Amino acid sequence: MGTVVVVTSGKGGVGKTTSTAALGAALAKSGKKVALVDFDVGLRNLDLVLGAERRVVFDFINVIQGQAQLPQALIRDKRLETLFLLPASQTRDKDALTDEGVTEVMSSLRQVFDYVICDSPAGIERGAILAMRHADAAVVVTNPEVSSVRDSDRIIGMLDSKTLRAERGEPIQKHVLVTRYDPARAQRGEMLSIEDVTEILALPLLGIVPESQAVLQASNLGSPITLAEPDSSAAQAYADAARRLTGKKIPMTIPTQKKSFLGGLFRRAA
Amino acid sequence: MLRLFRRRRSAPVARERLKVLLEHEHAELGRPDLVASLREEILAVIQKHVSVEPEFVRVSADRTENMSTLSVDIEIPLETLKAAAA
Repeated sequence: MGTVVVVTSGKGGVGKTTSTAALGAALAKSGKKVALVDFDVGLRNLDLVLGAERRVVFDFINVIQGQAQLPQALIRDKRLETLFLLPASQTRDKDALTDEGVTEVMSSLRQVFDYVICDSPAGIERGAILAMRHADAAVVVTNPEVSSVRDSDRIIGMLDSKTLRAERGEPIQKHVLVTRYDPARAQRGEMLSIEDVTEILALPLLGIVPESQAVLQASNLGSPITLAEPDSSAAQAYADAARRLTGKKIPMTIPTQKKSFLGGLFRRAA
Repeated sequence: MLRLFRRRRSAPVARERLKVLLEHEHAELGRPDLVASLREEILAVIQKHVSVEPEFVRVSADRTENMSTLSVDIEIPLETLKAAAA
């Protein structure tokens, strides 16, 4: 039986889709069978970040409504043969996802894949609840910034009350993944520190992903950052986070300020 | 120079604002649940000893700026008490 992981945040634009793709690709690279499920019906983007947007024939809604079989809708990644995508529908609205339909798809995926990673839509409405409903573990993506932390706190409360595990009184493994972390600004006290975020949210840390040009470049190219630029600090942070998700103990690396070209010049001149 | 320094360190302010805000939000969001579960458990304890109708147990919580009060109001019919004593 595979593990269902929800990547969620409450707030939009914090990096859920990027993180879903990066973590999924890192897990698949290590040989795990991974299915990425886009729950953002009407605003799908996971296909784009994975570079699979032109290969979508059937989607999640088609499967739920019986117009396609699950294997027909799953898109195999061109680079990693153990990575699959179940795209969201771009034309339907979120009400087309039914509780029973989602339950059926999740239990089928769980039987075949080691990891089923659900990319949640932003918000705290039905779509976000459906995405977290079957989760065994949650990755709460948070930017070190007040509104993101507040929304993460709301989502954590929902993970503790609206998931099947919560209803059965079973624990759900929750982690916080800090993204868009700017070490220089954190050092100057302009940005919430990692300690602030983990203390306020009271969750263990899955990783710290630095703000990086490489992330934008990877999504421009339609490739998860862990594949497009595996040596970048962001990709390495994701790779470590993926290993922690599998239960491995990896020491946490706090991104440090890279010496800029100008900074280097100044230092040399001094 | 001092002003520059002071303006820059906004993170501690953010942290304090968040902590206060979330504390309030938790208290507010948690309240309906808290009262409901308190009521249920109090009722169960009382019913172990005397039989009371659930509608005669009232639990309410109130909050002012510097104090929270929890009031529990239980009506026990006289006959029930007599029956319990017998």
